[in-house]
Amino acid sequence: MTGSPRPDAGAGAGNGPGEVSAAVADAHRREWAFVLAATARVAGDLDLAEECVQDAYAAALTAWTRQGVPNNPGAWLTTAARRRAIDAKRRDRVLRAKLPLLIEPDPPVAASAPPGAGRAEEDEVIPDDRLRLIFTCCHPALAREAQVALTLRLVCGLTTVEIAQAFLVAEPTMAARVTRAKKKISAARIAYRVPAPAELPDRLDAVLTVVHLLYTTGHTAPGGDNLVRADLVDRAIGLARMLRTLMPDEREVAGLLALILLTDARRATRADPQGRLLLLEEQDRSQWDRALIAEGTALLPWALRGGRPGRFVLQAAIAALHAEAPSYALTDWPQIVAIYDVLLQVWSSPVVALNRAVAVAMAQGPAAGLAQLGELEAGGRLDAYRYLPAAKADLLRRLGRWEAAAQAYRDALALTDNAAEREFLTRRLTEVTGAPG
Amino acid sequence: MAEYMILICEDESAYATATPDVLQQVMEAHNRFSEQVAETGGKIIEGRALQPTSTATSIRGDVVTDGPFIETKEAIGGYYLVEARDLDHALQIGKLCPARFGGVEVRPIMVFG
Repeated sequence: MTGSPRPDAGAGAGNGPGEVSAAVADAHRREWAFVLAATARVAGDLDLAEECVQDAYAAALTAWTRQGVPNNPGAWLTTAARRRAIDAKRRDRVLRAKLPLLIEPDPPVAASAPPGAGRAEEDEVIPDDRLRLIFTCCHPALAREAQVALTLRLVCGLTTVEIAQAFLVAEPTMAARVTRAKKKISAARIAYRVPAPAELPDRLDAVLTVVHLLYTTGHTAPGGDNLVRADLVDRAIGLARMLRTLMPDEREVAGLLALILLTDARRATRADPQGRLLLLEEQDRSQWDRALIAEGTALLPWALRGGRPGRFVLQAAIAALHAEAPSYALTDWPQIVAIYDVLLQVWSSPVVALNRAVAVAMAQGPAAGLAQLGELEAGGRLDAYRYLPAAKADLLRRLGRWEAAAQAYRDALALTDNAAEREFLTRRLTEVTGAPG
Repeated sequence: MAEYMILICEDESAYATATPDVLQQVMEAHNRFSEQVAETGGKIIEGRALQPTSTATSIRGDVVTDGPFIETKEAIGGYYLVEARDLDHALQIGKLCPARFGGVEVRPIMVFG
């Protein structure tokens, strides 16, 4: 079989079919991004690269059953996929001429291949092109929703059906979104490269935003019945870890990973056994994942050093204060308000201002928080944001202003689709409407 | 290298009411733009300004109508056809392109065959 790679000293024949398919599935999860990124460089086209990588995974099932699972499945798959790409290009010169190639920078950007990140495979070192891949998927010339879809498809290897389900979008809609984005990459010649240092901060922010968006989408589904879409959450954590490995000197990358880990440490306590949403103050802190908290917190001292931290580091610092607090009441609220003040300077978002108002309410009392919310309401930028009336309702409830609280809960309900959140708001609404006087 | 069209989309009324001084500044900005493009390693293949949309004539089928195809506040008033390495380079050039009364749209030229 020409074109089929030689397995590097395999673990020996005799792997059962179950073992082999488990190994292929594992390699799919762990190695997809590496394999596709390396193949895209050779194929010069994302569609061709994807096709070759899918073929390589299919071929692995047969080959590994016969020859045993190779020691380095990623290298085996990469070689197989790259050979297919080279063959396809040789076979079909018309195809190569038709599709504008992804562009190789000249001279090559050294930053994309950190020392030791490449993989020795036979006598060739395959460069690690995963950063090129993710920066291409998250290029600012693509709409945010396209960036998200492409990242899941190309970096995580999810199918269009899976992505459509995760975002509650019809499959043809998602397929069209992915196709349009890929077409723009080739037609507009979006370069397959890591951005130059001058562009890096903005471009990296787009990548981190996409990963964070994946996390929050999985963490709180915008609609539907599952509060946590565990797979999206795991993918986001995987991406954040990957970026941390590939860009060890970027503080915001560490910040994003810390933020996700610290938030995810609370995953098991976000809902009760009936699936009802539990607020931070109601969560059983003894059930928070201490290992994740330790890992997230450990990233922060370094990330906070050297100039003003970015928005992900600051959000992670806030999450760390929550994670370390013995209880909601005993949280260091003044410190949290102080970090929000810095955060608002680097990221002037009304959502941040809303969260700051909640912290102010804890540090200085609900009336002070309510005053801040009033300013935000007057600003009008959060009109459709369900957490604004929800936060307002909560503060009014604490002040015993039942009627106003009930109205705010109704306003929040009108903006909320998520079943668990609706249940929570309805429960609170019942409480305040039944309250005396 | 690839070719991109930079479409300059601006508020025509701003030009109609502009002082000679402002128009002079616009001319100078475009002259400077030509030099800046060369400094980035790109190339202007062609650049033209269009007469305002009040001079446009639209044809659909056999029907000839006075005016532009679509009436909008901001209209294409000129273009540059440039050569750039890739989209990032084309966007870098697009950001340099003068368009004080609006903005620009960067479109890749279709390649056949």
